[in-house]
Amino acid sequence: MSLLAFYARNSQEVVGLLWQHVYLVLISTGVAILIGVPLGIALTRRPGWRGPVLGLANIFQTIPSLALFGFLIPLPFLGGIGARTAIVALVLYALLPIVRNTYTGIAGVDPAVREAGRGMGMTDGQLLRLVELPLGLGVILAGVRVATVIGVGTATIAAAIGAGGLGVYIFRGVATVDNTLILAGALPAALMAIAADGLLGVAERRLGWRRT
Amino acid sequence: MSAALEVRDLGFELPGKGEGGRGRRLVEGVSFTVGKGETLVLLGRSGSGKTTTLKLINRLLEPTAGEVLVAGQRASDLDATRLRRRIGYVIQEIGLFPHFAVERNIGLVPSLEGWPPARIADRVREMLALVGLDADTFGARYPHELSGGQRQRVGVARALAADPPLLLLDEPFGALDPITRVELQREFRALESRLGKGMVFVTHDVREGLLLGTRIGLMHEGRLVFVGTPEEFRQSEHPEVRAFMAAA
Repeated sequence: MSLLAFYARNSQEVVGLLWQHVYLVLISTGVAILIGVPLGIALTRRPGWRGPVLGLANIFQTIPSLALFGFLIPLPFLGGIGARTAIVALVLYALLPIVRNTYTGIAGVDPAVREAGRGMGMTDGQLLRLVELPLGLGVILAGVRVATVIGVGTATIAAAIGAGGLGVYIFRGVATVDNTLILAGALPAALMAIAADGLLGVAERRLGWRRT
Repeated sequence: MSAALEVRDLGFELPGKGEGGRGRRLVEGVSFTVGKGETLVLLGRSGSGKTTTLKLINRLLEPTAGEVLVAGQRASDLDATRLRRRIGYVIQEIGLFPHFAVERNIGLVPSLEGWPPARIADRVREMLALVGLDADTFGARYPHELSGGQRQRVGVARALAADPPLLLLDEPFGALDPITRVELQREFRALESRLGKGMVFVTHDVREGLLLGTRIGLMHEGRLVFVGTPEEFRQSEHPEVRAFMAAA
């Protein structure tokens, strides 16, 4: 059976899984931004936290994703079967690039510019809002882009704990040794990753400030 | 009428343990007064404490001894950010905000102070004219589109925008090529007499100091070892002054 014929026959299910996949990635990346950007900013204010926080985020990154999903299942509140557990795991994966790039983006602002801002009477909040975040935005968005692309890929494994998404076809295809089925899940996931990469790349170039 | 700046027995000691449980002293016992329309040049070798002294005045560093009065008010009684908005500050690296157009750079302190936009726009044009830049040509440009000399002019205009009684300049012309440098020194000299502000100008260039200073203060190992007019400076027998004059 060809891929197109498969999609034609299962169009409703395909759209549903596609939407589930987008939902998993959007929510988890969104939550990771809400946690990661303030955390990255905090690291620039408290250099002592940098080692422990980035180290911890690094450790999450090294846990194989399937194992992390497994570890989370027995946990109360965060765990269990379904989308919630998958989102927790995806947030943990997305944190490192976002925290690290927020820190790097802000720490990379020219010290002379920062000193001029402080010397002219900006409060710490004004310095952050008017100078450090705008100048670091390109690097921060690059972190979000990496996190999103990783998220699209990792979210395929979320099907293993019943969170749905395009991984459903991949797991089903692997179980039944059906390459068409595997492709039915893998191809849109790959296209989604490319699209996210492209879109966020455009945002990065337009919003990020660069010396020309 | 109070002086633009009065510094009394200013000291700064790094935290940490040196000999006898004290930190290293970067500035010690520095006292001077700068009147309106006066420019005190702080001259000295690298590491003599000139820049540290400037930063103690606008509280980018907190003094560990002595006090600073800006236009009669004790700096330590004011909120540090409010204090800094009343003191113009120009540094060698200029520190123009690269993502702000020239207009927004110059209008920064007025906008932090909540001036109405129309008044800021007027003030920006006035400041650009003051430093010899055409507002229509340069206002909308970004710092990377300017030459080094133009950037430094914008830096001076920015420091003057909120009409502070006191201006601190840390080697403002240090990074310029010699020709532009002389040009800006000349213009700055004309500005000094027109503005009637108190200025503290840090440099290690004796000729620049003698040209621009109404008085010269020589710093050596954290202390102010000489203060006097350029004429007195030329005639001083102080060994550190002689060393500087020999280099000129």
